Amino acid sequence: MINIKINNIETEVPEDSTILEAARGLGIHIPTLCHLDLHDIKMVNKVGTCRVCMVEVEGRRNLLPACSTSVVPNMIVQTNTPKAVRARRTIVELLLSNHPRDCLSCERNLNCELQSLAHEMGIREIHYKGPRLHSEKDTSSYSIIRNSEKCVLCRRCETMCNEVQTVGVYSAIHRGFETVIGTAFDTPMLDTACTFCGQCVSVCPTAALTETDDTRNVWEAIQDPNKFVIAQTAPAVRVALGEAFGMPVGTRVTGKMVAALRRMGFDKVMDTDFAADLTIMEEASELIHRIQHGGKLPMLTSCCPAWVKFIEHQFPELLDIPSSCKSPHEMFGALAKTYLAEKLGVAPEKIVVVSIMPCLAKKFEARREELSSGGAISDVDYVVSTRELGRMIREAGISFNMLPDEDFDDLMGESTGASVIFGTTGGVIEAAIRTAAAWLDKDNPAPTIDFTQLRGSEGIREAVVEVAGLKLNIAIANGLGNARKLLTDIRDGKANYHAIEIMACPMGCVGGGGQPYHGNNIEVLKQRAVSIYAEDKDKPIRRSHENPQIQKIYADYLGEPYGEKAHELLHTHYHVRNII
Amino acid sequence: MSVSQVRIALRNCGVINPENIKDYIARGGYDAMAKCLFAMSQDEVIDIIKKSGLRGRGGAGFPTGIKWETARRAQSDVKYVLCNADEGDPGAFMDRSVLEGDPHAVLEAMAICGYAIGAREGVIYVRAEYPLAVKRLQIAIEQATELGLFGENILGSGFSFTMRLYFGAGAFVCGEETSLMNSVQGGRGEPRLKPPFPANVGLWNKPTNINNVETYANVPTIIRNGADWYRGFGTEKSPGTKVFAVVGKVNKVGLVEVPMGTTLRDIIEGIAGGIPNGKRFKAAQTGGPSGGCIPAEHLDTPIDYESLIALGSMMGSGGMIVMDEDDCMVGIAKFYLTFTAEESCGKCTPCRVGNMRLLETLTRITDGHGVEEDLTSLENLGATIKDTALCGLGQSSPNPILSTLHYFKDEYLAHVREHRCPAGTCQKLVRYRITDKCVGCTVCARNCPVSCISGDRKQKHSIDQSRCIKCGVCFSKCRFGAIVKG
Repeated sequence: MINIKINNIETEVPEDSTILEAARGLGIHIPTLCHLDLHDIKMVNKVGTCRVCMVEVEGRRNLLPACSTSVVPNMIVQTNTPKAVRARRTIVELLLSNHPRDCLSCERNLNCELQSLAHEMGIREIHYKGPRLHSEKDTSSYSIIRNSEKCVLCRRCETMCNEVQTVGVYSAIHRGFETVIGTAFDTPMLDTACTFCGQCVSVCPTAALTETDDTRNVWEAIQDPNKFVIAQTAPAVRVALGEAFGMPVGTRVTGKMVAALRRMGFDKVMDTDFAADLTIMEEASELIHRIQHGGKLPMLTSCCPAWVKFIEHQFPELLDIPSSCKSPHEMFGALAKTYLAEKLGVAPEKIVVVSIMPCLAKKFEARREELSSGGAISDVDYVVSTRELGRMIREAGISFNMLPDEDFDDLMGESTGASVIFGTTGGVIEAAIRTAAAWLDKDNPAPTIDFTQLRGSEGIREAVVEVAGLKLNIAIANGLGNARKLLTDIRDGKANYHAIEIMACPMGCVGGGGQPYHGNNIEVLKQRAVSIYAEDKDKPIRRSHENPQIQKIYADYLGEPYGEKAHELLHTHYHVRNII
Repeated sequence: MSVSQVRIALRNCGVINPENIKDYIARGGYDAMAKCLFAMSQDEVIDIIKKSGLRGRGGAGFPTGIKWETARRAQSDVKYVLCNADEGDPGAFMDRSVLEGDPHAVLEAMAICGYAIGAREGVIYVRAEYPLAVKRLQIAIEQATELGLFGENILGSGFSFTMRLYFGAGAFVCGEETSLMNSVQGGRGEPRLKPPFPANVGLWNKPTNINNVETYANVPTIIRNGADWYRGFGTEKSPGTKVFAVVGKVNKVGLVEVPMGTTLRDIIEGIAGGIPNGKRFKAAQTGGPSGGCIPAEHLDTPIDYESLIALGSMMGSGGMIVMDEDDCMVGIAKFYLTFTAEESCGKCTPCRVGNMRLLETLTRITDGHGVEEDLTSLENLGATIKDTALCGLGQSSPNPILSTLHYFKDEYLAHVREHRCPAGTCQKLVRYRITDKCVGCTVCARNCPVSCISGDRKQKHSIDQSRCIKCGVCFSKCRFGAIVKG
């Protein structure tokens, strides 16, 4: 511990503290912009680039950035001297002088860290005027839009992409005033190794990085009398959407969400959770098949499209280990345009499947050619994120908080607790084990449901699960940097697992790149995960194979799990991709 | 003038064949290294450098011995010795001359440093734009390695040291030590936050000693002749000599090496032979884009690190650009700011955006659209950039503006109040007038590209100011000195 003095208040702080941390401990607020410390997921952006947090330190000629200056014994810091205050204001004015300032029509209006900063500092006039940086938007990808004109060069996206996710798409390019965050050789995002996990969007303080907006397309489809529009909602959406309407973090809004979608005009409101149960039927069958027939192990889950793209780029030699299962919403889409079309008597080409997802990578995934019937009819037509759904509900004039709870539509709307937990890290593998345990341990009247050893928030977790005398070595990773560690071990023959679950985003889908902004607070994600497990607990059925609608679809349409029809509709293949 | 040059850093330049190591050895080369390896402990080497008072010749003037000592104390199995040969200041060519004329002096010093701090590898970061320097360094490394002066177990001493070159790609900011290290590592040339300093966390995050070319060039002579000898030159706080590249409006342009404490007047009026064409000295710009302009009233200041900073300039790497009455100080400030704004790495806000706003304001002023408030704005913003920028480039980039604003405020005021450039160099503010000397020869009218000069033959002509594009053709064509500008 060392003693320092901030604004004449003496305090004792741990040796590795920064001035910012020490000040916060004293309740002294120092404005920041680039700084971001999400310790739990090892996302620490301490680059000191924005210079908003400058403070005066006795004995130092220049001002120092509080966020990245470590305390030293007997340091005397003043945060509010005229010099420091003037410098901070000037810095913010400079940033604003180079910002489009079209707040009224900006995606991040009322939810922008630069806007908040200007407000907090009471900026009323921008004394420094001059031309702004001009830069073309990158709209090449189906997931993420980059608008460098709104970039403040905080470098959070770079830290997230390069250090946390280890994907390495972003770097500062050009010099001086022309500096922007770009891709190697200015390659369009679509052609990079970007996985579209959207974590850069999650930490971007402004609208420099946003999701591709698909809401217009969805409204058009809804308004088109010749279209039959089906919504499906991912598990993690229901524990986060409420935040968009001011509800406490973790509020479960499943029923209200269904009601809202119906009022928006969707012809059917169904559940991706149903398809998650289906995924378990297929994945558990595949796992048992691989174990019993000496197939390739470990088997990796394949429901996270960012992770799938990651392995395609980064570990092309390992493409035979992920499960061949499509991701749940793609399974749903494939069935919507075959099974549902038949059941409802609607022509497949009239059906528009809209996936409501916590995810931006799903937008890219929906455009994959192999995820369609013969390249003609896509399994999924549009993907909108939780954030976009929030905007659409508001646009439609629906008072979300006052809505009654409604149920999903029949046929593909019923789901189990097993499918709900797909929304958080460890959930997919637990759901698979629940079913595998019941299948393998046929004589056990009450096979285990809660495999709590698979739960948690750490980036990499390992567990041994004993099922019917079979010891299964399980590994779980969330975050692509953690996935890389596991995959490297597998490639080098150092790992001995049966099954591995990988999610690209921190804490899994609850921390997805399309979720309401967590406000730089990882506790938000943890709270959403708690709600996911609560939703699971409240479900009358908690094993996928016990879902009556699942049983019905196999009986009526698909035949055997992992059978021929299932293969045709519910499984896919992967491509080797380059790294640029 | 009684001023004479003292050649320490440049001792061999022009004297030896730099492509023949024997020439260097014949002049006592590698004696210092051998002395260190066989007769001195690591601490003794550091001690003599500390006692000599040698300070970094790259700009900031940090005591070299203390730097070495910090790197020596840092605990690590791997350490590096780096040489900053990324000389990038406009008009500066001191390091280039040393590298081209006496490459072994730098190599020998780096090996000595390696021995002192416990490093086995040296890297010279040299600009690719210095092909001759690169070639001579390569030859020097080759020849020294062949003779066993580098490599494993040098001269049987047990000390091993290898040397390699790394080529800079032309970014000015890579002359900033931490940017340089990022560049060597294959990253973007961007400064790191300090602390930690390179002596503790440097190249590849290992303890690293980094000095510039001229600093190293002093080292072998200090080892050979001792600290007291070295202290015999220069001043108490800044011992030794300094090489300056004196350019601009002087009769003799070139490199000079003088003891610290020599006055600007001695250099400019003495060694450099004064201002040509009988013009008046106006200012000397020292320290490159990070420095400032020193006016005539301070010509008698003895030059050392502290005195230059007190004058609002700095030593920098030794660029000295002399200006006369025909130079517009606002234009000079704009020239340097154009340079730094372009060369900013873009990492921190004040340097990236602030310098651009400063430049725009200066451009407004030199274009004749400036207002008096602009001067306050330059001062305030300049001060904030100095206080807040991340690295030395940004922290010093406003110096040319702040120093000229301080010493030549009248010129700024003429630009903003009267929209007039007293030196007559701001093109958009220049007004050409035809005086009574005009004989009506019509040459000006016939050569004017926009036909804005009128007048009858053998009558005095006149210029329509509203249409004049200030190209200066009339001024240069008039054979009677009848056209004046200002």
